[in-house]
Amino acid sequence: MKRFFPWLVLIFAAAWVAASWLPPKITDDAFDLVTFGKVPVLVGGRVKPLDTVARNSLLIIHGKETLRLPNGEEIGAMQWLVDVLFKSALADEYPVFVIQNSEVLGLFGWEQSDRKYFSFTELSPFLKQIDEQGDQADKLESVQRSAYQSAILNLRNALILCQRLKNSLRPEDAHDFSNELETYAAAIPPAAQAASQREKGEAFDKAKLDSVAAFVERYQNLSSMAYLLAVPSGEGLQWQSIAESLLLAVRTGEIHPVVKAYAQLGDAYHVGDQRTFNQQTTRLSDWFGKEQAVATKRTSFEFLFNHVDPFTHSMVLYVLAFLVACGSWLGWNRPLNRAAFYLLLLSLAVHTFGLASRMYLQERPPVTNLYSSAIFIGWGAVIVALILERIFRDGIGAACAGAIGFITLIIAHHLAGSGDTLEMLQAVLDTNIWLATHVVAITTGYSAMFLAGMLAMIYIIRGVFTRSLKKETADSLSRMTYGVVCFATLFSFVGTVLGGIWADQSWGRFWGWDPKENGAVLIVLWCAIILHARWGGFIRQRGLMVMAIVGNVVTSFSWFGVNMLGVGLHSYGFMQKAFPWLVGFIVSQLALMAVAAMPLERWQSFRTTTHAPRGKDKLKFASQGLPVGTTPD
Amino acid sequence: MLRKLIAIITSLKLTIICLAAAMVLIFAGTIAQVHLGIWEAQQRYFQGFFVWWPAEGRGFRVPVFPGGHLIGAVLLVNLVAAHAKRFQWAWRKFGIHLIHAGLIIMLAGGLFTDLFAIESHMRLTQGDTRNYSEDPRRMELAVIDTSNPEFDQVTAIPEALLRRGGSIEHKSLPFRLVVRHFYQNSRLHMVNESGVTLQPIANQGPGAQVVVESVPRATGVNDRDLVSAAVEIIPAKSASLGTWLVSDALGAPQTFSNGDRTWQLVMRPARYYKPYSVTLQKFTHERYVGTEIPKNFASKVTLIDPEKNVNRNVLVYMNHPLRYRGETYYQAGFEKDDRTSILQVVRNPSFIAPYIACIVVAAGLLVQFGYHLVGFSRRRRAVIA
Repeated sequence: MKRFFPWLVLIFAAAWVAASWLPPKITDDAFDLVTFGKVPVLVGGRVKPLDTVARNSLLIIHGKETLRLPNGEEIGAMQWLVDVLFKSALADEYPVFVIQNSEVLGLFGWEQSDRKYFSFTELSPFLKQIDEQGDQADKLESVQRSAYQSAILNLRNALILCQRLKNSLRPEDAHDFSNELETYAAAIPPAAQAASQREKGEAFDKAKLDSVAAFVERYQNLSSMAYLLAVPSGEGLQWQSIAESLLLAVRTGEIHPVVKAYAQLGDAYHVGDQRTFNQQTTRLSDWFGKEQAVATKRTSFEFLFNHVDPFTHSMVLYVLAFLVACGSWLGWNRPLNRAAFYLLLLSLAVHTFGLASRMYLQERPPVTNLYSSAIFIGWGAVIVALILERIFRDGIGAACAGAIGFITLIIAHHLAGSGDTLEMLQAVLDTNIWLATHVVAITTGYSAMFLAGMLAMIYIIRGVFTRSLKKETADSLSRMTYGVVCFATLFSFVGTVLGGIWADQSWGRFWGWDPKENGAVLIVLWCAIILHARWGGFIRQRGLMVMAIVGNVVTSFSWFGVNMLGVGLHSYGFMQKAFPWLVGFIVSQLALMAVAAMPLERWQSFRTTTHAPRGKDKLKFASQGLPVGTTPD
Repeated sequence: MLRKLIAIITSLKLTIICLAAAMVLIFAGTIAQVHLGIWEAQQRYFQGFFVWWPAEGRGFRVPVFPGGHLIGAVLLVNLVAAHAKRFQWAWRKFGIHLIHAGLIIMLAGGLFTDLFAIESHMRLTQGDTRNYSEDPRRMELAVIDTSNPEFDQVTAIPEALLRRGGSIEHKSLPFRLVVRHFYQNSRLHMVNESGVTLQPIANQGPGAQVVVESVPRATGVNDRDLVSAAVEIIPAKSASLGTWLVSDALGAPQTFSNGDRTWQLVMRPARYYKPYSVTLQKFTHERYVGTEIPKNFASKVTLIDPEKNVNRNVLVYMNHPLRYRGETYYQAGFEKDDRTSILQVVRNPSFIAPYIACIVVAAGLLVQFGYHLVGFSRRRRAVIA
């Protein structure tokens, strides 16, 4: 059993991961939302599958990627999106809009109750009010907005997004859109003839011109609303919305095949004809496969990436590995330790797949925004921790890997709420060389700092609260922490200086005292202090641990805290919501430092086993005596 | 005594104290940026020998904390002294020496940059040609002799001299300027505006119809001070010509005559003249399709330098500055209509120092940690075997 247990755990976990790779089943009598979900569109400057648009939009509007209907049924993002696109009357009844702020509810004369989701129909009498209030809030800087103002602005933006989606592929009031398009196409040649007659000064049929003019006006309105650019036209990123393409048809006289296909499948969905919908979807998908081969390959992959959801899977595996590794200190050491290690390797593989997929999809180095920095910090820390585990084989590296992997992925999960995490980069960031060197080095430095802090936490918690911190464990923890701090120093320093060089290249100053720069240099200074204090003999084991925990505080300030100040060039990821969490984290670290500052006799692991007379502090490790003069402090 | 002093200067404790003080200073300086803005916080915390309290005013001020220059200087002395005293050649120490040599270069370079680098702006609307850049943070009072039809003779009086007040004389001016009032930041109102109780401080030019209200210094990131002053012009051989209001808020230059010459008087951002000119041909601002996210900013400029026989077109865009005659031009900003481009102009004679320092330190870190890692794994292998 002892030999097979770790393998058994690995096989179960691998099977669980593999299950998500199976393609989703489509029954014959259902709408084929899988094929439809892979269809590429251009939103936010990037070609992405409709599935991603659905997930991100629902996340922005609803805060979640699934939607629970009043009848208890849960529907996916794609289902919600097709209803919004083609059956807007039905979608208007869905309780998607989140309102929790009591002042916003009060604006509509509603009391705060346990309901927090509202439908478009319920909100429609207040649209004008919401728009006015939102406009006022929009004029302020995000730092200056009150909770009410942020809430009303979010609501307004969610409503606008929803309205734009509804009018993306067809006017929301259209019933038989393909028929409408045929009428339009048929009216164009006579109108063109009438127009040329008018130019020449001949007699012309005004009714013919007017019939097309009405269409043009309708599509002009539509094009100002459209959110999706669904029709590729020409090379590269020259995409148009359905409405723009229809307006162009006035000149060419031809309606783009993509527009026709969307109209037909939309009509089919509108009346519940799944056969036609599936046929037209396949046609559309075939057209893209032929005409936009590269984009389609990428969107199909992105669909798979969304579907596999690697980060959620590795998050679960990290927790499991952490628990198993902690369990190994209590008993059944070898098998549990080994099982934890295998779980971590699997989890790291899934994590790496996710990271690499994002790099492929974005064609960028791994870190481009706050979200991806969390993913990368976790990944880097897990790798270093696993190397430590290989060297020391005592479960400590494994526990650290599990904990940091889990925490960073949770942080990433909460950072994803603002929509597309693969967003396009601001002009100044549009340089792969610096993203690949400066940003990667800095974030690797963060990883190492958090890992050192985690090791220190294990030292203190095990030392104070349990008797499991033996001398050799304490020594190896100390060595690990020291090594990781050295590693952090190297990367933080190089990263900071590379950042300076980037700044010198782009703005002409090596150092500008920007908050993020200051945050980075704080880490470097703190590392330098730790190393010098240790070399100078001012601190020993316990001091090193306490200082490593301060390192956690400094690093979290540098990673998140400076962004909350809302000043400077790096304030790209302003996160007001994260503030209480940051404060909570810092308080917890201070508490841990206070615990560590307790006299050593109070530490469970260092209590004297023999009742030595008080006054003669003969401190000993619980299990193993130390030679005189080598107290761990 | 001397030995004791040397011991202190070269001690590791001093290093740690300096590093800790630097952390406190940087932390405080970063938090202060929320209210003061980056530029002001930088002045108060990092670019001085002390942080003063209260930060403003001429009255009694106490230094509450060492400033950036003091900490940097002490650290520099400490580093150099410690290495001079304890230097010994050994492979084991080679990495450490490299790291610290690099740090010395970096600190010294930083100090040098702080003292000698000049940052200014050049703001060009399409078609504009300029042979100077401006410093929007510092004003100057330009006194221009326009009587020669061939050229204007400009005498520029820096803001600092005006702030000091008193009488200003210069050999190119046949009169003295006496600063009667000086406002670091001000708002101007018309005298007849309702609710105005102040009296005009000038009696000549449009300034005689205007009153000046003193307001606290601007702290926002994008705000800046509107400097105003009242100067009396007193020719050497005749009576006073009167007092003029000069202000950043008054646009056009004011004219007066003294004897047979005509002069102009204007408060404007300090100018740095160049021996060459830059013309903006076209400014482009690209966005990603279907979004407002900027993709690129680019200025196509023509550089004309008669001295060096240069006449060429250059594209200045994100991460690709123009370097010419010791100055570097960066695409820094633009105005809303997408026709005006703002270029940042930097002259930094010590820009190379951080590059050298970075290479030296990185090499040192690699040598040092590499040396330890090899030793560690050797010991480890020995233990396992």
